[in-house]
Amino acid sequence: MKVLMFGWEFPPKIYGGLAVASYGITKGMVEGQPDAQITFCLPKPCGEEEKFLRIIGMNQVPIVYRGHDYDYVKSRIPDYMTPEEYYNFRDHIYADFSYMNVNDMGCMEFAGGYPGNLHDEINNFSIIAGVVARSEQFDIIHAHDWLTYPAGVHAKMVSGKPLCIHVHATDFDRSRGKVNPTVYSIEKNGMDHADCIMCVSELTRQTVIREYHQDPRKCFAMHNAVYPLPQEYLDIPRVDHGKEKVVTFLGRITMQKGPEYFIEAADLVCKRSKNIRFCFAGSGDKYWEMVDLAAAKGIADRVHFPGFQRGKQVYECYKASDVFVMPSVSEPFGIAPLEAMQCGTPSIISKQSGCGEILDKVIKVDYWDINAMADAIYSLCTNEGLHTYLRDEGLKEVAEITWVKVGHRIRKLYDECIYNGGFIH
Amino acid sequence: MKKICLYFEIHQIVHLKRYRFFDIGRDHYYYDDYENERSINDIAERSYVPALQTLIQMCREHPEFRVAFSLSGVGLEQLEFHAPQVIDLLHEINATGQVEFLCEPYSHGLASLANEESFTAEVKRMSDRIKELFGKRPKVFRNSSLIYNDEIGAQVAGMGFKGLITEGAKQILGWKSPHYIYHCATDPRLKLLLRDISLSEDITERFTSHPIMADQWIDWVASTPEGEDFINIFGELVTFGIFHPIQSGILEFLKAIPVLAKQRGIGFALPSELCEEKSVGAIEVPYNISWVDEERDTSCWLGNVMQREAFHKLYSVADRVRVCGDRRLQMDWDSLQASNNFRFMTTKPGYQYRGIYDSPYDAFTNYMNILGDFISRVNNLYGGADNEEIDGLITMIKNQGDELAAKDKEIERLRKKLEKYNPTELEDKKPAKKAAAPKKAAPKKAAAPKKEAKAEPAPKVEEKKAPAKKAAPKKK
Repeated sequence: MKVLMFGWEFPPKIYGGLAVASYGITKGMVEGQPDAQITFCLPKPCGEEEKFLRIIGMNQVPIVYRGHDYDYVKSRIPDYMTPEEYYNFRDHIYADFSYMNVNDMGCMEFAGGYPGNLHDEINNFSIIAGVVARSEQFDIIHAHDWLTYPAGVHAKMVSGKPLCIHVHATDFDRSRGKVNPTVYSIEKNGMDHADCIMCVSELTRQTVIREYHQDPRKCFAMHNAVYPLPQEYLDIPRVDHGKEKVVTFLGRITMQKGPEYFIEAADLVCKRSKNIRFCFAGSGDKYWEMVDLAAAKGIADRVHFPGFQRGKQVYECYKASDVFVMPSVSEPFGIAPLEAMQCGTPSIISKQSGCGEILDKVIKVDYWDINAMADAIYSLCTNEGLHTYLRDEGLKEVAEITWVKVGHRIRKLYDECIYNGGFIH
Repeated sequence: MKKICLYFEIHQIVHLKRYRFFDIGRDHYYYDDYENERSINDIAERSYVPALQTLIQMCREHPEFRVAFSLSGVGLEQLEFHAPQVIDLLHEINATGQVEFLCEPYSHGLASLANEESFTAEVKRMSDRIKELFGKRPKVFRNSSLIYNDEIGAQVAGMGFKGLITEGAKQILGWKSPHYIYHCATDPRLKLLLRDISLSEDITERFTSHPIMADQWIDWVASTPEGEDFINIFGELVTFGIFHPIQSGILEFLKAIPVLAKQRGIGFALPSELCEEKSVGAIEVPYNISWVDEERDTSCWLGNVMQREAFHKLYSVADRVRVCGDRRLQMDWDSLQASNNFRFMTTKPGYQYRGIYDSPYDAFTNYMNILGDFISRVNNLYGGADNEEIDGLITMIKNQGDELAAKDKEIERLRKKLEKYNPTELEDKKPAKKAAAPKKAAPKKAAAPKKEAKAEPAPKVEEKKAPAKKAAPKKK
């Protein structure tokens, strides 16, 4: 089974949840299925990616013919690629792109991440995907998130192989219903061409069916999972604050994550109790607005804004918390509560979060129900029994959610796509 | 002759309202009046009324038919308040003389597992209530959800009950059959009637999923081996109408039972009648059993740490509530104890009904908020005195009560002795008593000052009363 995957992020360079999910899916498949060979196309690899799969840097794939000799090519390309591969790609250039802004290798540069000219990059990515699809041998195409859908569609057009797309989020989640028409059209086009749509939750699946008018028969909920914590993170000690309790929000501070509801609930809790503190970790477009709101409510002395947390800091933050809250207005999946549970921190999540579909040992409230949220926070901080139960049972529950299982489910859908010709007959 | 013993439980809880933690200390009313009125009326209309009417009709048509009921105190209060027509029907069926009312703890709570005195007090209260309502003091006891272990057996026997009904759970019966009368391992005076799980649940659990005909069911009863004469069929009265809708034909099924039983020579008996039979042996129950879930234990109320925390917190104030004498507090105490509140917090898979709560955590949080308020009210009543002091006083009161009860017995014994020695003075009882009293008073006075001076006035009053009226110290 050879899979051609298109992705935008991959660890160690992490911009958001997409990198973690891409890593988990590929790693889970490779670990669980010895015959799975994955070729993962990234706009701009940093060269330090793990080697369990083959990485193709799209910024190393030529789209304009350049007659360099072997030694020059070897000196110019990074060591995860061979000059033979370069020449193979060069042999499959399918049109004249010399009008485009290419470098001396005939390749296009990518800024990586999410720059201002994102739409240009998406378009370039799809052009290069045409070359890759012509050069490579594969059984199925798998495209992660809307940025890579055009590339996936292009590859399908060229090769005639079935296309799976993985919906990690939709623009409806990001914009609370006010979609960007360009983004929507890219998403819709990708879904229309896909033979199989994997959504990270039933919630997302319903959005895809309802808002993107997709056939329910080819839409599947494919919940994410988590990797067991590495020893380094397990060794971080849990912090005991004595009489004080710490309640944490960790994520991008933006409308989608519902930060204002967290402040409102914090306000209600602070009115009644003097020993609960709130930690508001993360950065985002609503950061200053939230600082202002906390100050206006008069609880700025109990709400702390440590800013963006990176790598190990994230886990230190979980371990130093007694309660983790994710009040997202609309969360396609939301991996953070699973990570918090791995650290032994009970979570409160909004019912509008996709991860709630596979989690039972968490407290679920409506994101707008600040009374219920405050009540749950207070209860977890004051009742030892509830805290102990959710901590211990949460650890057990989250240990059962593995990427290898996800990999097997994905494989089943691949097989269905390849051998039975898809889901709609 | 084979005999069927039918028994149905009548119990509904007082639903608690949504109570946020910011209400603690501000709002002392915990109940969802609308839900209470709605649910009890709904249940009365769909289940209790038609079921009782059917049973009344059956009693009239078949003089040999017998059926027993038990009411929980909280359920009774709800019925009296919202659906008195059910009480009227109970009086009507009581008038046929073919029924018996059993006793159970007033609150339908778990006091039997937590606090002996509270349990005893509750049972006494319920027993008095049944006597007052239906004219007869119950002789047979059933604990909330048939919870039973050897210790409970001993306590119940000590309260003067002749029999107790509980579950014929596999883990206690082993190879034995529930169709005999057994007795309690710790007190042979107490007979045990064990529920036949399979035959009971054919009606209570499986009637709609695996429908059966009455003649088929009676044939199963009739085909039990020779000598296994007592078939105990226990269930909740809401089996008729709520668990299985009336249109499933369950009342027709019920009506057919006495007719078909007569044809096969099967009779009916009340629990108290069965308790007159000879026991075939003791049943040892070292661990708690109940009639709930496949495990037949207490795991659905006390299975997880949340439930245990709530349980321990609730019963940590049991002694204080019992001796406080604040009527309103004690009423709240009854409704908070109901085992259903704990069941809402269960995390066992497959349990669906959670009242107004959408998860066990929600149920726990709400209950703990209410409990927080309740406990602070109880503590306020004691003026913030610290726990040790209050517990010390409570223990002292209890010890003195026990002492008085022991002395009472002693007086009774001596009086009888005295009567034996002076048979001539038999008619002249009063001098005899007076003669006995001073004898007892002397050592007691000596004992009292050893304790704390504070409590002295109380025992003094009791001393005077004790010889004159036997029951006086117990009332306290």
